[in-house]
Amino acid sequence: MKSAVIVFPGSNRERDMLNALEKITGQKPVAVWHAETELPKVDLVVLPGGFSYGDYLRTGAIAARAQIMADVKKKADAGVHVMGVCNGFQMLCEAGLLPGILMRNNHLKFVCRQVKLEVANAKTAFTNKYKQGEVWRCPVAHGDGNYFTDADTLARLEGDNRVVFRYAEGTNPNGSLNDIAGIMSERGNVMGLMPHPENEIEALNGGTEGRALFESLLEAVA
Amino acid sequence: MKARIKVMLKNGVLDPQGKAIEGALGTLGFPNVASVRQGKYFEVEIAESDPAKARAAIDEMSKKLLANTVIENYAIELDEK
Repeated sequence: MKSAVIVFPGSNRERDMLNALEKITGQKPVAVWHAETELPKVDLVVLPGGFSYGDYLRTGAIAARAQIMADVKKKADAGVHVMGVCNGFQMLCEAGLLPGILMRNNHLKFVCRQVKLEVANAKTAFTNKYKQGEVWRCPVAHGDGNYFTDADTLARLEGDNRVVFRYAEGTNPNGSLNDIAGIMSERGNVMGLMPHPENEIEALNGGTEGRALFESLLEAVA
Repeated sequence: MKARIKVMLKNGVLDPQGKAIEGALGTLGFPNVASVRQGKYFEVEIAESDPAKARAAIDEMSKKLLANTVIENYAIELDEK
């Protein structure tokens, strides 16, 4: 599986993502600078975590309008898999590739800890190596992870099984609607999530339960 | 020409920052504060002499970047000097 990670000014999790992709897919991913106009031919495009543009205006808002994003949209429309983690999820929403928005955490504090994630839909390109309803451990680190959208869109997301991950009962760290931690596009090839699976791939760091997400992509794309 | 754009959260959208400010005002001894909502304010200088064209451009900018219409409303004021 060939992959690319886009790097923006203020991204800070791109190295973790590049490392995770290389270790699990066995192929060295390409880092692409945001000012580029065209992505290389890849199976997966990742928007990494961080604080692009210092979170100015709204989180992910400026990055979502970066030069490279036109090609990300084009690739997404063509069916290429796109994943946004944390700040990357915020960018996907701001770019209109996913519905809704990530608002300030309801308690106004930055959260950096482990949460329990429930697999809400195991029949996706991002989750086929998990079991439906499986609960796994994953770290979060964000100030704006409070997923919000209008009632109609929320009903549509739920009705179409487009909620991919939820914070398991009692562990919602930010007040997000319906405990949403990750959602996908109508076609299922674009997915955004607040937690950091790329930081849960090595026993040395406490756990390997995030590996299945990357292995799912390997399975779906290969 | 100068445009002033006010961006506010829509009614019904939770505004935890406004709430925190409201609480702080209470602490400071303003017991009569009923509610606080926090928003954003922009001033944009635009090189355009036709007010209709300027307004249309500012409207487009507001929709595309300054406001996120999932949660925010915007209001434009044009200073035609």
